[in-house]
Amino acid sequence: MSLAQAPAATMHILRFDRVQRAAHWSNALLFFILMLTAIPLYFGSFFGVVLPRHLIEQIHLWTGLALPLPIIISLIGPWGNAMRRDVRRINYWTRDEIRWVNTMGKSKLEADKFNPGQKMNAIFVAASILVMLVTGVMLQWFRFFPVSWRPGATFVHDVFAYLVFFVVIGHTYMALTHRDSLRSIFKGWVSEGWALRHAERWMREEKLGGEER
Amino acid sequence: MFLAVAALGALGVAFGNSIQNILGNAFGSGLGGLLPGGDRFRIYSITGSYPEISADKFRLNVSGRVDRPATLTMADLQAMPKTSFTKAFQCVTGWRVPDVHWEGVKLSDILDSVGVQPGAVAVGFDSYDHADSESLTIDQAHLPDVIVAYSMLGAPVTTAHGGPVRLYVAPMFGYKSLKWLSGIRVIDKVEPGYWEQNGYPVNGWLNGTTGPTNPNPELT
Repeated sequence: MSLAQAPAATMHILRFDRVQRAAHWSNALLFFILMLTAIPLYFGSFFGVVLPRHLIEQIHLWTGLALPLPIIISLIGPWGNAMRRDVRRINYWTRDEIRWVNTMGKSKLEADKFNPGQKMNAIFVAASILVMLVTGVMLQWFRFFPVSWRPGATFVHDVFAYLVFFVVIGHTYMALTHRDSLRSIFKGWVSEGWALRHAERWMREEKLGGEER
Repeated sequence: MFLAVAALGALGVAFGNSIQNILGNAFGSGLGGLLPGGDRFRIYSITGSYPEISADKFRLNVSGRVDRPATLTMADLQAMPKTSFTKAFQCVTGWRVPDVHWEGVKLSDILDSVGVQPGAVAVGFDSYDHADSESLTIDQAHLPDVIVAYSMLGAPVTTAHGGPVRLYVAPMFGYKSLKWLSGIRVIDKVEPGYWEQNGYPVNGWLNGTTGPTNPNPELT
């Protein structure tokens, strides 16, 4: 509780623990492989240039099936406290946050650990993983589904691939232009100064040393 | 929001087929036409691999209710009257490749050369992948844009596209255009092929006609 601490500028606060960082980078690696292998599969003209098409298919398939694992593994074990707490944060929306979204970021907001844009990004990506997984399974094991689902599954898999691709490009752009946040996904910590500016509510909770919800 | 995004995906799967039919009737293309890059071939294979047959080793067995059963080589096929045209390849799952150049021999020319016996009803097709099969009625087999193709996109048919020799049934969806053709059998009844046993219409006309004859085949 005591606020008699060293100068604020030197204070570090843990934003992502080891488990979260490992989950993020495993997820990113799998995503990268999926996008890379999707190119020859979708734009047929490139196929066979580097690897035989059949091998590319298999890599895409197994990487896709593995994609949810980093998130699931990081959530379920005794190591997943920080991860679970952040998922609860992402799903918790205050009136102010909803207004912030409705006014396209113009209303005043005391930001949580993740701002509404970051929350939307996380939720969209999580939902997309589910959509891609389910439609991907339908495409691979089409015999076990009605044939009338194939056009829809094909189309949804393609549309979401485009959507997720652009969302991840946006995510990467935001990361590269925000060095303090970027550092935290490599090293885990942010400065107290950054937290005060960008995540005031979270900062206050950390200082109180407990969870408010 | 998670549920909203997931629900959007589910709706897309559920209604994709009907939306596709509407688009197909309106524009002659399916859902793939809505997306950049939706006009390329997607390579499907039932077995998960492609049979590699060299042009030298290739043999086409023509058998069944014919007067002169034959085993044709690539040279035999190429010595027959050549037919070529440019037509789209439309997959039942929504993608469509416009302006594909096809070259080969009319199926009807092959049938005429072996002599179809009276009473034959259908023509069955076998594939080197030992998994796919197809059939057409005798009348469908005599349509002028049903060919045994050895060239596609201006070059010999590649293995991925079903080479060295594949069927191309222009007025029907792509699953009727059997890949890696190995045999033609003149038979007594229509045999539903692999995809038809899995639910696709036996008469896969592009305009959705389900009967054996198509009164209005002009869609490609």
